[in-house]
Formats: sequence, C-alpha cells, structure tokens
Amino acid sequence: MKGMTALLLTLLAAPAAQAQGGYPADPLGSPMWTAHARTLFGDDPVQFDNRVKVDFPPIAENQRAFPVAIDARGIEGVKRIILFADLNPIPVAIDYRPKGAEPYLATRIKLDQRTPVRGAVQLASGAWLVSGGWIDAAGGGCSTPPVSRVKGDWAEYLGEIRGQAWPLPGDEAKLRLSFRHPMDTGLVANIATYHLEELTVKTQAGRILGEMEIWASVAEDPAITLIPAARAGDVLAIEARDTNGRDYRATVTVTKQTPMAAAR
Amino acid sequence: MILSRRMLIGGLAALPAVARAADYAVAPVPVADGIWMVHGADAPIEADNGGAIANIAIIDTPAGTVLCDCGPSLRYAHALRRVAEQLTGKPLVRVYATHLHPDHGLGIAAFDPAIVVALPGMIDALREQGQGFSDAMYRLLGDWMRGTDLILPGRPIATDSEDFGGRRLKLLALSGHSSADLALVDSKTGLMIGGDLIFHDRAPSTPTAALTAWRASLDRLKAERHGGVIPGHGPFDPDGTAAIDQTRDWIDWIEDALTQAVKSGLDMVEAGEMPIPDRFSTMAVARYEYQRSVSHLYPGLEAKLLPRIDIQG
Repeated sequence: MKGMTALLLTLLAAPAAQAQGGYPADPLGSPMWTAHARTLFGDDPVQFDNRVKVDFPPIAENQRAFPVAIDARGIEGVKRIILFADLNPIPVAIDYRPKGAEPYLATRIKLDQRTPVRGAVQLASGAWLVSGGWIDAAGGGCSTPPVSRVKGDWAEYLGEIRGQAWPLPGDEAKLRLSFRHPMDTGLVANIATYHLEELTVKTQAGRILGEMEIWASVAEDPAITLIPAARAGDVLAIEARDTNGRDYRATVTVTKQTPMAAAR
Repeated sequence: MILSRRMLIGGLAALPAVARAADYAVAPVPVADGIWMVHGADAPIEADNGGAIANIAIIDTPAGTVLCDCGPSLRYAHALRRVAEQLTGKPLVRVYATHLHPDHGLGIAAFDPAIVVALPGMIDALREQGQGFSDAMYRLLGDWMRGTDLILPGRPIATDSEDFGGRRLKLLALSGHSSADLALVDSKTGLMIGGDLIFHDRAPSTPTAALTAWRASLDRLKAERHGGVIPGHGPFDPDGTAAIDQTRDWIDWIEDALTQAVKSGLDMVEAGEMPIPDRFSTMAVARYEYQRSVSHLYPGLEAKLLPRIDIQG
C-alpha cells in the first residue's frame, strides 16, 4: 500500500513529457524504448536532443550492412556513445568511449526488421542525450548467414585489416578501419556466436585515444570510422580481440598531407 | 491498440485507392513500324506503381506477337498479353526475358514456359537469386504480386538471331548490368531494345552490376548499326545514342566519385550524401539510385583501395 502511494505520488509529480519508468516519451514511439532505456541508462537522466546527429541513408538497400554515423561534436564533454537499433535481436552494435577522440562514430550494422536506429551519448555528469530515426528494412539481417560463410572462405581472410588515416584541421585525424570478420550472430543454425568484441586505438606511446565494445549486430567485415587526436605523420596503434580470444594488431600512420577541410 | 474514430475514417478513405490500385494500366506507344513501347513508371518499385517500372517492347511479326520483357507480376503480364494481342491481332509466340531483375521478368509466370527464352547465364542467375528477388517483391508490393510464382524461362538462347516469318530479330548476348544481359535489334526497322544495359533520363541501377563489363557492352551497342533505342527504363530515345552515352556517363561518374570518396576518407554515409553533378538533373530518381549504388559498390572499393595495415603474428 505504501508502495502504491509512492507510485501515485511519482505519477502525479512527473512532468507531462515523462513517460513510464521516468524516461521521456519516445518521439519515435518504439515499443522497446522503455525496456532499452532501463537496460542502457538505468537511473541516469535521459533526454532527447537533436544535437546528437544520427545520420543514415533513407533506404536500407542492404539489411546486412546499413551505414550509420553518429556525430556529437556539437556537444561538450561526451564520454560515451552507444549505437543501438531497438528491434534488432542484438540491439546494441557499438559502445564507444572516445578518450582522446572526437565524439564521432560511423559503421555499418545489420537490420533484422524495420526499426528505430539510435545514438545515445553520455556526458561527464552521467546524463544521456538520445536521438535517432526509423528505418524500414527487409527482414533477416541478423538471421541470415554472412556472405563469407556461404562462400566458405571466411577463415582465409580472417585477420586482414585495412585502413588509412587522413589529417583534419585541429590536430585530428579521420581514421577508417575495416576488418575481415564473419561477425556471426549466433542466430543462424549451427553457427555459434563469433564476433569482434573489443577495439582500442592508441598512440604509439600507448595512450588510449578511444576504445569500444562491439556486438555481432555490426555488419560482417566491420568498417569503423573514428576521429582520434593525431597529426600528420603520427602513428596510431590498433588493437582488437574477438570472442574466440584472437588478437588483431595494426598500425596506421596519419597521411602526410595538408589537413582536409572538406572532409568534415 | 484502441481504434480511434479518426483512424477509422482515415482507413475508410484509403479503401477506394487500394481498390483502384488493383489494375495495371498498360498503354503501348508506337515507336517504329510494328513496334510499341510500354513506358514503365520512372520511379522506384513501390506500391503506388505495382512494380510496373520497366519498359516493355511489343513487336508485331508475321509469325505472331513477340514481347521483350513482361513486367513484375502475373497480373501485369496477363494485362500486357491482352493489350498486345489486341494491338497486333495475333497470338503471342515468343517472350524474351532480357535479364534476371524482377521488375522485367517475374511476369513470365503468366506464360507457357515453352515460349519464354533467355540467355543461359540469365537462367542460371534466376535459378540462384530469383527466390530472393521474388520475396522482396512480395514484401514491397503485397497484393499486386498475388499468384506470381518464380518460373524459369523454358529454353536458353543458343543462336544470334531468331526469325519470325521474315522479321528477323538479332540477339546480342552481353553483360554488365547483370551477369547476362540480352539486347535485341529489329532487322526491319533497326530499332534497338537495350534491356537494362541502357537507361534514359532515369538513373541506372547497379545491384548486380560489373561496371567494366557494362562499359564494354555499351561500346558494343553503340557500334552496332541501329536506329532508335527502347531503354530498360526512361523515355524512348529516337536518336539512338543519347541514352547509351548518358548511361555510360553515369556509371563512369559513379565509379570515379566513389573511388575518390574512399581515397579521401569519406565514410559510407558521407559518400551517399555527395552532390550529384548538374548534368544529371534530367535523370529521375538520381539520388535514390546513387544511394543504392553506394551500398552496392562502396565496400568493394574500400577492400580494393584501403591499404593492408595488419601486423602478422
């Protein structure tokens, strides 16, 4: 009874915009919003904020590899970025902590059906800012076998990493990485979960510029774009690990050229 | 969910539109002596057009009616046959399926497979990928597709021409838009039917494209003596070279632009938002097809152009 009273008081006290669970009402009207908010944000304050730019194409031409970019460079003090799709069976794709890097992340994800795709950024205060939109998609991005499993050649290319880094104005670099990996979701018959799960970008001296956890909802052959603090000629060290404990190592030297103003 | 009055009224208002949408309007336009073109909608495949976006050719020969491509669905192909046979007053004797894409060929379900022919490579590709295309069409178009089964052409093309009581059609086995693309030239009028190797004022699509082969095929078509061109999509080209040149310009531009994008560090989202040159402003659905092409081509270009950086051991 006491609990009931407390609940009533809470409901009465809640501002109009606050929906069930203390989270703001979802502008996308997703059936999974409250459940994901509870899991990802817990008791931290949450609000929707369009300064978190979640950019993606208007059509999902390939539901196995849908490009998404989250750009929160308009917001001060971002500590963490989560990319997630509400209605994917593996909702979170990447949980990124830019430590010496801009709050920017681009990658390609799988879509298992029409779903909201969101970016959530956490500030030093603990508060979360969220944005995103719906994307329509044919089903099965998470539950059809990767191309390299069908071809059967995934093991031949495992460990291949490609990448390049270009200097940007302001002593930063655009770092593009692409790993050969099947990124098995575990949702395809007789193929166990197997995916890249950690990625760290360091300076040559070993200082962490950015680190992330990666889930199998990232597309096969993960492609990831970040903006670490680095100048032309600097060497960036890339370290990654997959769920079998296999380690991946690479180094990229930031191209010696005039910083590109145009490339954002 | 609780149905509100407003939703109910909205739902009722939508009903007549759905009922109207159940019929395809097949409107052939004469483009040469005894040849008509049915101009598909210069739009994406969507419920509004029932997937009827591909151009179709109807040819009146002494031996009977010939069709090049036959639309996306059983319903469309039935309507097409009715209109075509009325036009020529002769029974349908041959259907060419130019390539495997569903907007051109799923309608073959309406015909006796014995009169439907295609390049051997097209039949193989359709056997492999047809069910996926069919599923996608049912998802996008729903009732428009009702009763449309995936049927393979009954016979592979093994000759470089076919004669219909004196009207000979030259058959060109090419590729590039897909793994096997058929183009035809009518000996009587010189009219060329390009299939999807040739687009005109409608942006080319690239889901199964091999651009080097496509360029070679366009060279071949340009060198072939011909008159006007019925492109796979977009308006008739009476001049016969404008559409070929424009298609080539577009695929060249796409490959150059995306190569440059990878080399300058653009992410795939950014690449999809690059400006499209003004000279393509006459092209329908340019941004839409460009975005699709980014999805088709960008990962491959990255794999080719970004250097290996992994440390072995």
